[in-house]
Amino acid sequence: MARIMVVTSGKGGVGKTTTAAAFGMGLALRGYKTAVIDFDVGLRNLDLIMGCERRVVYDFVNVISGDANLNQALIRDKRCHQLYVLPASQTKDKEALTLEGVGRVLEAMGKDFDYILCDSPAGIEHGANMAMYYADDALVVTNPEVSSVRDSDRMLGILSSKSRRAENGDEPIREFLLLTRYNPVRVASGDMLSVEDVQEILALELLGVIPESEAVLNASNSGVPVILDETSHAGQAYADLVSRYLGEDLPHRFLDVPKKGLFGRLFKG
Amino acid sequence: MAQAGSTFDLKAGSFTFPTLFLQSGNLDTLSEELDARVEQAPEFFRNTPVVIDLSALESGGVDFPLLVGLMRGHGMLPVGVRGGTPAQQESAELMELAVLSEARGRRPPPERTSPSASGQSEGAAAGEPKSGAEQLRSANQATIVDRPVRSGQRIYAPGGDLVVVAAVVSSGAELMADGNVHIYGTLRGRVLAGVKGNREARIFCRDLRAELVSVAGRYLISEDIERRFNGAQVQIRLDGDRLIVDDL
Repeated sequence: MARIMVVTSGKGGVGKTTTAAAFGMGLALRGYKTAVIDFDVGLRNLDLIMGCERRVVYDFVNVISGDANLNQALIRDKRCHQLYVLPASQTKDKEALTLEGVGRVLEAMGKDFDYILCDSPAGIEHGANMAMYYADDALVVTNPEVSSVRDSDRMLGILSSKSRRAENGDEPIREFLLLTRYNPVRVASGDMLSVEDVQEILALELLGVIPESEAVLNASNSGVPVILDETSHAGQAYADLVSRYLGEDLPHRFLDVPKKGLFGRLFKG
Repeated sequence: MAQAGSTFDLKAGSFTFPTLFLQSGNLDTLSEELDARVEQAPEFFRNTPVVIDLSALESGGVDFPLLVGLMRGHGMLPVGVRGGTPAQQESAELMELAVLSEARGRRPPPERTSPSASGQSEGAAAGEPKSGAEQLRSANQATIVDRPVRSGQRIYAPGGDLVVVAAVVSSGAELMADGNVHIYGTLRGRVLAGVKGNREARIFCRDLRAELVSVAGRYLISEDIERRFNGAQVQIRLDGDRLIVDDL
């Protein structure tokens, strides 16, 4: 049975979809059969970040409503054949997702996949609830600033009360923290919360810290998950994240202000 | 009707009941939202008489049998309605709900209040049977929470103490107890002890960074608390009418 992970945050624009794409690619590169599902119905983006937007024929909502079967809708990644994308519908709205329908699709996929990543829309409304309801694990993506941290905190509260695991009284969802857009220079100057600040507020296991990097934007624009950019710090940090999730004990990197000589490299991405 | 004899006296009493302000007639959504709310504080709603306020509702049918069943299923005892259209009130009466007077304005129909008493006892009988042990638990025992209390979460410990053994009570979270509240991690949210008026209740806390603390209705907000208590181990109690913070 696949392990289902929701990538969520509450706040928008913090890097959920970038993370879902990179994390999914990372798991697939390690040999796990992985699917990434876009729950942002009406504002789909995952297909762009994964570079498969021209190959979308059927989508998640079509599968739920029975207009297409899973095999027709799942898009196999050309770079890594263990990776599949289930795109969101751009024309429907989020209400098209039903708890029962989502459950049916996840159940069907669960037999075939090792990992299923649910890329949650921003907010704490219907779409976000659908994305997290069936989760076993949650990766909470947070930027080092107060509003993002508070929204993540709110989302953690919802995860612990509104999920299937919570409703059935099962073992709670495993929750992990991912800090993105981390800029050590701005942390040092006091403009940004530090890793320690965020951990103190959220009291959550830190699974990774992704440094702010131009490589992320470049990767998004060219439809290549940033984890494939192995020369970039962001790409390496995502690779570390995947390793830690799979049980390796790695120190966190890119937390300190780089020494003079490295400055240029950082800003070139 | 017989005159009042030696077996009973008839006197007026006033009670404060929680009021459910119904915003929509969509009972599916209501059911989901009640689930979420009751889950946060199941004891708070157990056998609690509740008045249903219809004033925010559009005119139109309300499925009272379903609504009453829904509320009873969540442990509440719907006793009456307030506001709403005459048609809505009529169908409420069919479910033995009393039609109560609106907060101001409308003339109260006094003879309608007596069925509410019978409705209430019926509700109690029809509700889930409570074992003696369960009642004892809610009367004496502490509620223990061992997961972080997140922003937007609200925990109520009826009839006793609330003990939070977790790293954080986040800013925007709310703890309430009829008795004392003990927090062993960092407190950034709001804490209300003695919410039913117990002036002896206290708050104990290992790392005080609270937004608000309150005992029996007296409260302090963070800027009223001396700075030297920031991050301190404290107890908070009532001294006369004053809420005071002490080092532990």
